[in-house]
Amino acid sequence: MEPDIQTLFTIAGIGIIVGMIHSVLRMIGREDWANWMTLIGFVIVLYMVVNFIQNLFQHIQRVFHFF
Amino acid sequence: MRSVTIMQVVGVGLTATALALLVREERPLFAYFITLVATMIIFISVLSNVQKIIELIINLSQRAHVNALFTATILKIVAVAYIADFAAQISRDAGETSIAGKIELAGKVMILMMAIPILEAMIETVLALIPV
Repeated sequence: MEPDIQTLFTIAGIGIIVGMIHSVLRMIGREDWANWMTLIGFVIVLYMVVNFIQNLFQHIQRVFHFF
Repeated sequence: MRSVTIMQVVGVGLTATALALLVREERPLFAYFITLVATMIIFISVLSNVQKIIELIINLSQRAHVNALFTATILKIVAVAYIADFAAQISRDAGETSIAGKIELAGKVMILMMAIPILEAMIETVLALIPV
């Protein structure tokens, strides 16, 4: 499996964007919206990371004849 | 799969650290994810080399007529140690030392569980040596 660096930069991008959206929404005064946006960002990144972890563990099982 | 040079690993590591620091001020949560993904990337890129080493070990053990069960168990123990250490380090890095300790405890217990057949085999051989 090619260790792709792309997910690393995507996660960093999402983190920065969610951070900015959070502070902008807080300035406008919509505190609840800000929290919702952070939650959505968290769910997206968690989904990507879980896929990555599954990939890693399958790889480990194949290498160590673990199954 | 092409083998990964040390320069690539260092490149990934340093950029990931920079990204993690960048994101840590605003959303420390995403910094955790970045360190997680970075360690996994480096881990996967090293795995291809580990695979060659393991094939060498298996060949040597077959040639030495070592019981296949032993080498398989040893490889599994190494895999469990790898994964447990990987997860414990990351949770300790995120500040959750208690979770890290519990992960390591689980890893040790599982390794002990896997070592039981080997211990039994060893005890039987020792008993067989002793003239009863």
